[in-house]
Amino acid sequence: MAKAAVLICQSCKIGESLDLTAVQKATTKLEGVAQVKSAPLLCGQAGPRLVDDAFASGANTLVIAACAARFHTAGFLRAGCHVERLSLRELVVSSHEPRHEDTQMLAEDMIRMAVVRASRIELPLAQPLPAERSVLVVGGGPTGMAAALGVARAGYEAVLVEKSQELGGWLRTWKRTLPTRAPHRDLQVSDLEMRRKEIEVHRKIDVHCGAVVKRIGGQPGEFEVDLKVGEQEVRTRVGAIVQATGFAPYDASKLSHLGYGKTPDVVTNVEFERMLADGKICRPSDGKQPARIAFVQCAGSRDPRHLPYCSNVCCRVTLKQALWLRELDPRCEAFVLAKEIRAPGLHEDFYRRAQEDRGIYICKGDVVAVDAMADGLVVHLGKSQLGDALDLEADLVVLATGMVPVAADGLALRELRDARRNLAKGDGNPEVLKTTVERLSPMEGTDILGLTYRQGPDLPALESGFPDSHFICFPYETRRTGIYAAGCLRAPGDLEGCRIDGEGAALKAIQAIEHCALGEAVHPRWGDISPPTFNLQRCTQCKRCTEECPFGTLDEDEKCTPKPNPGRCRRCGICLGACPERIISYADYSIDLVSRMIKSIQVPGEFDEKPRILMLLCENDAYPALELAGFHGQRWSAFVRAISVRCLGAVNVVWLADAFACGFDGVLLLGCKPGEHTQCHYTRGSELLATRSENIKQKLKQMALEDQRVRVDHVTLADYLVLPKLIDAFVKDLDALGPSPFKDS
Amino acid sequence: MTHPSTTAPGRTRGTLLVVGGGIAGISAAVEAAEAGCDVVLVEREAHLGGRVAQMYQYFPKLCPPACGLEINLRRIRTSPRIQVHTLTEAQSVSGGPGAYRVRVRQRPRFVADHCSACGTCASVCPVERSSEFDFGLGKNKAAYLAYPGAWPSRYVIDGKACMGASCSKCVTDCPTQAIDLSMQPRSFDLDVAAVIWATGWRPYQASRLDDLGFGAHPDIITNMMMERLASPHGPTAGRVQCPSNGRAPASVGFVQCAGSRDDAHLPYCSGLCCMASTKHARYVRAQLPDADIFIYYIDRRASGRQESFLAETERDPKVRFVAGKVSKVCVEGGKPVLHVEDMGQGRRLRHSVDLVVLATGLVSSRTENHLGRDGYGFLSPVQPSAGQLVAGCAREPMDVACAVRDANSAVLRALAFCSMEGG
Repeated sequence: MAKAAVLICQSCKIGESLDLTAVQKATTKLEGVAQVKSAPLLCGQAGPRLVDDAFASGANTLVIAACAARFHTAGFLRAGCHVERLSLRELVVSSHEPRHEDTQMLAEDMIRMAVVRASRIELPLAQPLPAERSVLVVGGGPTGMAAALGVARAGYEAVLVEKSQELGGWLRTWKRTLPTRAPHRDLQVSDLEMRRKEIEVHRKIDVHCGAVVKRIGGQPGEFEVDLKVGEQEVRTRVGAIVQATGFAPYDASKLSHLGYGKTPDVVTNVEFERMLADGKICRPSDGKQPARIAFVQCAGSRDPRHLPYCSNVCCRVTLKQALWLRELDPRCEAFVLAKEIRAPGLHEDFYRRAQEDRGIYICKGDVVAVDAMADGLVVHLGKSQLGDALDLEADLVVLATGMVPVAADGLALRELRDARRNLAKGDGNPEVLKTTVERLSPMEGTDILGLTYRQGPDLPALESGFPDSHFICFPYETRRTGIYAAGCLRAPGDLEGCRIDGEGAALKAIQAIEHCALGEAVHPRWGDISPPTFNLQRCTQCKRCTEECPFGTLDEDEKCTPKPNPGRCRRCGICLGACPERIISYADYSIDLVSRMIKSIQVPGEFDEKPRILMLLCENDAYPALELAGFHGQRWSAFVRAISVRCLGAVNVVWLADAFACGFDGVLLLGCKPGEHTQCHYTRGSELLATRSENIKQKLKQMALEDQRVRVDHVTLADYLVLPKLIDAFVKDLDALGPSPFKDS
Repeated sequence: MTHPSTTAPGRTRGTLLVVGGGIAGISAAVEAAEAGCDVVLVEREAHLGGRVAQMYQYFPKLCPPACGLEINLRRIRTSPRIQVHTLTEAQSVSGGPGAYRVRVRQRPRFVADHCSACGTCASVCPVERSSEFDFGLGKNKAAYLAYPGAWPSRYVIDGKACMGASCSKCVTDCPTQAIDLSMQPRSFDLDVAAVIWATGWRPYQASRLDDLGFGAHPDIITNMMMERLASPHGPTAGRVQCPSNGRAPASVGFVQCAGSRDDAHLPYCSGLCCMASTKHARYVRAQLPDADIFIYYIDRRASGRQESFLAETERDPKVRFVAGKVSKVCVEGGKPVLHVEDMGQGRRLRHSVDLVVLATGLVSSRTENHLGRDGYGFLSPVQPSAGQLVAGCAREPMDVACAVRDANSAVLRALAFCSMEGG
């Protein structure tokens, strides 16, 4: 067991508000405490010196009871030592009545909990994982090429896999591209050749064209990759993966109302780009040179019946094609028909350039239909700038179709695979299974990465099929650690944007490798060196942990026993929350540790009229929000006892049972918002807690307690002014219920 | 709360300098540090966070910037690889890729590192100043913390507003003796392998928009002022109200492209004001269920899945998007009146509203450096300064997610110049 030194600061009214002599006296008696010291000012020069003294005199962990860690951090950190920060100032002194019995009890309970954490913790030792310093890039289009080049220039190896026979992707058909340099007016000549050459001669890039990924096993730092290159199988090892499989144009055959398929003279922007590249603009039906071309924007885009999203580049691509057309054939006129023109940022100048061209007409309105007439086409405009309805004749119509990500939905593929297997085994309702197979069978064979993960062979798809991140601040957050989606696979974008995205994803890949080399987790628990351990002798193969892990960390053997992959783990603790047998723990976060913290709180007896409420708060938002509330002088009940947890999903129901058994009157769980716009940093934590609410209710029922004794609230960091009100409302509601029958009389 | 300290230093690379501590610079610094670089982050203001710290929510998720900032600031303060200098600006750069020497100048904070942010200095300070952070909508003291979760969590004293030695109330009352009004500016050199310029943006100066009435009536505000009005820790504690009388507006008119896509002001499009105003319409709606909201635009620019945010907002029957350019905002009968050329109907409209929000664009922050600039003032790195990269809105207008991606990309490019073992 660790020996803890406790350092208590007296500054910022801590000394005036609390009876620190009593606190010190009580703390000295606690199990695991080596020494207790109080100083007038820990944030001055004295603090770091006291820390050094404490470690020199035999303590190996430390409790700093002062202000929140955000105020002074570095001076108290010692490499390899555990420092437990207790925000006495924010959570006790500034938020509660000074020199009050209840405040004193709160302070003493908090110190007891901190001492339990500091003394019971097992000091984790970093266990470096194998770290192959190479990155697999799947997809040899502009995004993948930029990723591979960036990786190589940064000194790492890249394995670039492209399914067609040469690199370049869509860029091979685009001879001219959007401007990337001031004054942003002119089309640029494609730089594909230059980049292709650099890749071909770079000794750190291994290019496989005509190749696909067959299978990927392992984990970050040591992915085992099987490629099929032509007829050959090639095996390689990489540390991380960038998926840049790009986009496919939206299937124009679904746009028959716009004439596609009815007449050859309605073409897509992709088909028109080829005409431009060949320098031959002619009507497919009769080979004549068109005199008037209509460009129909948002062909299937921004349309809930087709693609609900905007593909970002189609407006600018049309402007490019119109300008290029005018250069090739100055007599041909271009009519651009658009809801609005989206040429954001510095591409405004490019838009102007098109507006200045006397042969390019831009009309804002909705195109309702395109019909073929005897000699040409008619575009029917609904409401537009030019009036309520208008017909426009054209020789050729170009549909600006949007982009569909070339992605596979890993979770759906897994559902299909499981349904098939269960159907064969006769396991489960055959009707339900058959419907599932029917619904998902179109996905058959769409696998791209072939991950051997229990949770499916590919990244999970999110809104509209893009395997994007949920987070604005963390656009590369992924649900499969070490695998990063980039380019039009992740979100529709232009060439320059895709290249930047490819490089950004490549940086995350490198970072994942470097974290493995140190045995650390990646964001948001960066630097965490303690992977979960499983006491498998007691595992009942219930599969909750393997199902619920948001990151696909755990595989299973034939008996469904979990097989951990520490490199994939994000240390969220959701498996620990899920496990009914309580066999999962971390060196510094375990069922036992938190149970002991709960049990260290002194619960007054039935007639003391001092209720006790346990509050479990997510460490990312709710807990810092509480600290901020205290910092800003907000007040809340002195009857609540706060413990930070890694995530609401990392709450095991046994903690609630422990609290109620100790006589607690209620439990308040505070975490991030679940749902479509979830703010949970482990994406599913809050949602999973909701699925466990049945368990919680059952537990309450067993103990003959009311459901209302447990409440879940969702808060963000910005809700720090609301949080105290939520707490007090709960305390009030509990008061109405009366004390818990489990208190000592 | 516990967090294990990083134990092994890992591989060593050359140091990276990041100039600017907004979302792009913060992201660049943490991402580089976690990829194994030593990083020096310099920020001109007293606290990190930049523009996003002033915002209430991000589009399209309507989540608070504070959440991501908190995580990133924690990454910074617990990282042994990141050194932060606030109140610091880069002055000159010499040397070349792999070995730059950057001269920086740090203004005095007047508050020592051991400040515990107890707030005594602000409470005794007799000087009230108009808060730049709140765009003049609120006041704060000469001793202040920029925003609730501000980091470094240390107060700063505005040397210009402070009465100095003649007052010294804060000096006497500071319980930790952290205040030293005699602190002087200092200059020092940083030797680094690469530089990322993430100097960010500032709002286009609304006072130049005479036609749009800014300054003529207090109820004509800018989009960034709207962020402060909606922010729970802003000057109105989060109530969207008319600055003139403190009343909730019954109607709000948004003027898109206020000075943008306009040769007399900013010829370019700032790319994010459409989504920002859409978001602001949601701020208003969340508080005022009956308010009439009008958004006058030329083109609504939503990218990718932002479209569904736009579509969702459009479903609100009292939010009206009107294709029309606002040519003028006048004050008539004590109320602002919008003069609009309605492009849909081809007529001119006059529309009186309680609150006008000008969607002003963004300009690259002014800062001294040795990179090229395009015609609009955005930084454009040119050879041979390949070890100097630009990220975020210093390079071109972009939203937060793009700025973070841009920062990641810049870090990858910078790694090539930070020498490393086995590289």
